[in-house]
Amino acid sequence: MLNVRDVTCARGGMPVLSGVSFAVPAGHALILRGPNGIGKTTLLRTLAGLQPAISGEVTYPEDQGAYASHADGIKTALTVTENLTFWAEVHGTKLPDTIFDTFDLADLRDRMAGTLSAGQKRRLGLARLGVIGRKVLFLDEPTVSLDGFSVRLFADWLQNTHLAAGGVAVIATHVDLGITARVLELEPFKAAPDAGGGPDEAFL
Amino acid sequence: MIALLLRDLRLAVRAGGGFGLGLAFFLIVVVLVPFGVGPDQALLSRVAPGILWVAALLAALLSLDRIFALDFEDGSLTLLATSPLPLEGVAWMKALAHWITTGLPLTVAAPPLGFLLSLAPEAYLYVFVSLLIGTPALSVIGTFGAALTVGLRRGGLLLSLLVLPLYIPTLIFGAEAVRRGADGLDPFAALLLLGGITAGTFVLLPIATAAVLRINLR
Amino acid sequence: MSMWEYANPKRFMDWTKPVLPWSFGLAGACLSVGLIWGFFFTGDDFRQGSTVKIIYLHVPAAMMAINAWIMMLVASLIWFVRRHHVSALAARAAAPIGITMTLIALVTGALWGKPMWGSYWEFDPRLTSFLILFLFYLGYIALWEAIEDPDTAADLTAILSIVGSVFAVLSRYAVRFWGQGLHQDTSVPVATGGRTVDDTYFYPLLFCFAGFILLFIALVLMRTRTEVRLRRIRALEARARRA
Repeated sequence: MLNVRDVTCARGGMPVLSGVSFAVPAGHALILRGPNGIGKTTLLRTLAGLQPAISGEVTYPEDQGAYASHADGIKTALTVTENLTFWAEVHGTKLPDTIFDTFDLADLRDRMAGTLSAGQKRRLGLARLGVIGRKVLFLDEPTVSLDGFSVRLFADWLQNTHLAAGGVAVIATHVDLGITARVLELEPFKAAPDAGGGPDEAFL
Repeated sequence: MIALLLRDLRLAVRAGGGFGLGLAFFLIVVVLVPFGVGPDQALLSRVAPGILWVAALLAALLSLDRIFALDFEDGSLTLLATSPLPLEGVAWMKALAHWITTGLPLTVAAPPLGFLLSLAPEAYLYVFVSLLIGTPALSVIGTFGAALTVGLRRGGLLLSLLVLPLYIPTLIFGAEAVRRGADGLDPFAALLLLGGITAGTFVLLPIATAAVLRINLR
Repeated sequence: MSMWEYANPKRFMDWTKPVLPWSFGLAGACLSVGLIWGFFFTGDDFRQGSTVKIIYLHVPAAMMAINAWIMMLVASLIWFVRRHHVSALAARAAAPIGITMTLIALVTGALWGKPMWGSYWEFDPRLTSFLILFLFYLGYIALWEAIEDPDTAADLTAILSIVGSVFAVLSRYAVRFWGQGLHQDTSVPVATGGRTVDDTYFYPLLFCFAGFILLFIALVLMRTRTEVRLRRIRALEARARRA
């Protein structure tokens, strides 16, 4: 469902990763591993179409990609339900009733998002993924500030709802989510220091 | 897209600042002018159309940096960029929300403030009409400026520097319409040109705003 | 070989190096001839006296103020379509020169205005248009300075120059609508071929035009070379950090 062929992506004018290729079939997840600064976020943003790749090709069904990072677009002056309803309306989907239970938000439905703890906010941010109905998820450190229980809630949703329904996920994480997924080490794809192709190349 | 407009309006009402500050600023500027110019009624009456327009323009400027900055910081803008909404539509709705929270209240508040400046009786109607036609352009142009400076930490001052020159045609036609109305001349041509600017910016500028947002989100 | 090859940063540095001294030399020669001829070997105007001679600075500067903006716009469009870095850097290099020309036109205009109209400043449509142009330059330069990433800055300023051009033209018509002019008509109407200045003043003026154009080209090339070098330093530093 998701095909990545020979992608090179740049940060700050210089290529960071080059020649990244992989394929993720429907119903499967891929976990990106690598030390800080290797370019996990850059790769995910490139895959999600937020920044252009220097070269290579990314293909997945049109309008099915969704990107999520630690900045999850929660409005503190809206309630939990209002936050989720907004994203459902933007994506033209209906808010599934089960979503509150899945992410343990049932008791918080009418609370202002601004009064939530960091972990609760994170759960709300992840619940958005269950609302928008997108098949191909690009997740950048989705479990930051979640406790063990919440990580299991999220992994459970990912495995039994999203992937089970034929979705795809590419996840950059240092935590063991406990889901069955291929792991891709990014270290071998690190671009050589003198790799060409970045916007700065013309000047070197 | 309506969802975005409704969310922005709801946020403006709940978070405060949106409606109140711009309007209060407008009031204060208009009140300060007689202190600077002197209490001479004839003089105030002459400069009133210009003062009202310049004050409205500055009040609109005040809230521009909030149009995208908050959504940029909390990541909403990135999420909107990957959502089915076209960014042109996002830019359009943002401008509309800004107008409803800023331009519209200013338009309604301007005629009463005209009394403070002894505005000519004939001009009240034209103050209202010209602001009603002209302030949407201020919001759309301002949205463009806000998009240009969205990634910058201290973009506020730069935003004013970028947007104010773009406001010149709107200001000239808007204030000219009121002045002509006050002098008993026909303000129709000025109003028509003002409407032309508003219509043109509403159709074309969101395209530029969306392009700018895409670049800034890279 | 396509002409775009010359826009490659390295090739640009190669071909501009020998061109630069020539363009400065020619600019100097033209300006010397034009200004010396104009200032010392033309008679005073029967009505304006010697103040008429300010024309040799005022009119070419005003022309270059507008042409510099047009050049910036074209360079921005080329960057937008073809992504030639030198094009974007040339636009950046031209802006401070353009704003200086605008300032020269405004100051000489004010000095000329005092004896002619009796005041240094009048909100005459033409003068006002230049004041507005000055503000547009200011915003454009400020935006370049404010954004760190060079490609983002190039993209955003390119869009600003396009939108700004539209609004600058709008402002010009708005200003005409708004005030009556004291300003004399254009001295060298290109479209009609006729002219409103006497031959005595016209020929030195032509030299000044040529001098200003050449000076502008020389300055833009010089500043663009500096910008290219700055970008190169930046790129080398980025590479060094990664190694």
